[in-house]
Formats: sequence, structure tokens, C-alpha cells
Amino acid sequence: MWKWFHQWGSPPHFYRRAGKWLPWLGGLFAVFFISGLVDGLVFAPADYQQGESYRIIYVHVPAAWMSMFIYMVMAVCGIIVLVWRMKMAEIVLISSAPIGASFTFLALVTGSLWGKPMWGTYWVWDARLTSELILLFLYLGVIGLYGAIDEKRMAGRAVAILAIVGAVNIPIIHFSVEWWNSLHQGPTVTKFDKPSIHWSMLLPLLLMAVAFQIYYVWALFLKVRAELLQRERNSRWVEELFRS
Amino acid sequence: MTPARKKRLLLIALMLAGVAVGVGFALKALNQNIMFFFSPSDIVAGKAPANKDFRVGGVVVEGTVKRPGDGLTVQFDLTDNAQTVTVKYTGILPDLFREGQGIIANGQLDGNGDFVANEVLAKHDENYMPPEVMEAMKKSGKAMPSMNPSN
Repeated sequence: MWKWFHQWGSPPHFYRRAGKWLPWLGGLFAVFFISGLVDGLVFAPADYQQGESYRIIYVHVPAAWMSMFIYMVMAVCGIIVLVWRMKMAEIVLISSAPIGASFTFLALVTGSLWGKPMWGTYWVWDARLTSELILLFLYLGVIGLYGAIDEKRMAGRAVAILAIVGAVNIPIIHFSVEWWNSLHQGPTVTKFDKPSIHWSMLLPLLLMAVAFQIYYVWALFLKVRAELLQRERNSRWVEELFRS
Repeated sequence: MTPARKKRLLLIALMLAGVAVGVGFALKALNQNIMFFFSPSDIVAGKAPANKDFRVGGVVVEGTVKRPGDGLTVQFDLTDNAQTVTVKYTGILPDLFREGQGIIANGQLDGNGDFVANEVLAKHDENYMPPEVMEAMKKSGKAMPSMNPSN
């Protein structure tokens, strides 16, 4: 375990391994994404209350889960950066931010499109919607702060602090629908109780959730490899890579 | 772990705890503003603001939806299973509006204790199932747990 951790912490090793994984991840993502989408849009039954409109759940909910999951990854990376000063953790942290921001944006937009026909409004300042919007601003803050500091090791530590402090928002997002009266309904799947969704509708939702997870790792590896080349452009392993 | 790393980890834990407590107190203080709606019980108890727009949430009581006058004006009773408030609204209702449905209305109280809404939003629950399953559940007498607007 520790050996594995140290190996992936070395830039040339990460670069090579991630490069080998990329096509596999891309293929797996395609399989899960297409089967989840077809199952969700074609085979899953319509909802008793919302009819066909509920199908946007298959993009909205996995995107919202990913928006929180990626932020937690960034916060854990932030702790590793501050305590162990590990360069790879800095790079994973900053490479995750644009992906997480995209998922947050996707969750907000699909939620808004879903809200209009069902609730009767695109947007309300209810606790769930507002805290998710704050999450988007946190992501943008991380990206902006990293870009504003030229010395990248320094920038990595600065965004680590922001990522850790911002993690306080994650439980607020999750519990917002329980702590306060909100227009957004309570959790369907992420609760200790049995999921309150019929299994034929739950299956495509889980397929899409797995697809989005794989997409995250795939996109992350692509971005980390690019970031590594740029940061280590003066190092010997990059030089050797391009000589051969 | 080296002592320096231990110290840094401890500092981070302290920072996170401090921020969490700070945010917790701030949210506690702002509790009334974050509450998206009041329940009919809150209104009857006089907790809702007067002469100011606020939202009320509850379930539309079966058999109380009336359309007096021009047909665009709707009047219905809203309940949280404890108290009931009459809501009047002129305008277009969301698709999900029906008797027994949880809704949220934005507006003010008039002199008679009725709620005059300028906006009605439908609140749906977290249950998803095919219509046939819903029918089967109804038949077996095990109806869906009714939506609780005050959660």
C-alpha cells in the first residue's frame, strides 16, 4: 500500500501509468455511459407523478454527486499537500478543480431546467440551491487563486487551504434539505433508509453514476499529464520522453 | 509521522474545526432567513411576518380547490395536518398542482387571515416509481407515505 502510494507520487511513474490507463478508462466510460443513458431514456418506466420529465435525473443527480465527491477529493489532497508537501497531490488538486466546476455547473443547469416544469420556477434561493451555487464559486475561487500566484509550489499550498476550508460546505449541501424547509425534496438514494426509487429506475441512475466517476478519473489523468509536462519541463525525464 | 508533520496536521484539524464552528453559529443565527417557507401552524401561531411577503408550504386539502369568478382565480385550503390556511391565487399553476399535492405559495396575509399568493410552486417528493406500481400500492391499501412539507 505505501509502496504503491510512493510510486504514484513520483511524476514520471504517474505520467507513464496514467497514459496506459487512459484508453481503458475511455472505453469503460463509453460502455457505462451509453448503457446508462439508453436504459434511463428508453427502458426505464415513466414516473407516476412527473411523467417523462423526471428522466433528467439521470444527468442531474450523478452530476450533483460528482460535484461534491470531487470537492472532497480536493480537500483530502489539500491535507496531503499541507502535511506531507507532496507535489503530486498539488497537481491532482488543481487538475480536479475545472472538472468539479463543470459537474457543479451541469448540476445547476439541469436542476434549473427540471425545476421549471415541476416546481414552476427556474431558480429559488432555497438552501440546497444556494449552497450548491456557493460550491461553484469555491471551485472558481480555487482555479482563480492558483492562476494568480506565479510560484506554483506556493500556489499549491494556498489553494490547499481554500480547498480544506471550503469542505465545510459539503455537509451543508447534503443536509440542507433536512435542516431547513426547502423547495428541493429530500434525498432519494443517499440515506440510511432503503432508496425511495423503483429498482428499474435506480439501475440506470447507478450506471450513470459509475460512468461519471470513470469520466472523472479519465479527465483527471489527461489533465494531470498535461500539468506534469508543463511543471517538469526542465527535468530529465521529460527531456528523455521527447528525445526518444 | 515526523513531529513537524504531526503539528501541521493538528493545525489543519484546528483550522477546520474553527471554520466549521464559525459557519455553524452563522447558520444558526440566520436560521429564520434560510427557512424557505412557514407552515400553516406557524401562521396560526402568529410567527409569520405581517405586511411583508413570505412563503407558506403545505398540502392542498382534498376537495377544497375552487375557482370562483373568472376561472383564473383559484382558492384552496393548505394544511400541515395540524392547522389550515386558505390560499387565494390568480395566475397559472404548475403542472404538478393538484389536491393532495405539496405546494409552496409566496404572498401575504390579508385582513381575514387568508393568504393571498402571487406565486405558487409545486413541491414534489423524493419517491420515484412507475404508475403501475403506484396503482398496485393504492389497491393494496398501502398508500404512499404522504408528503411531509415540514421536513
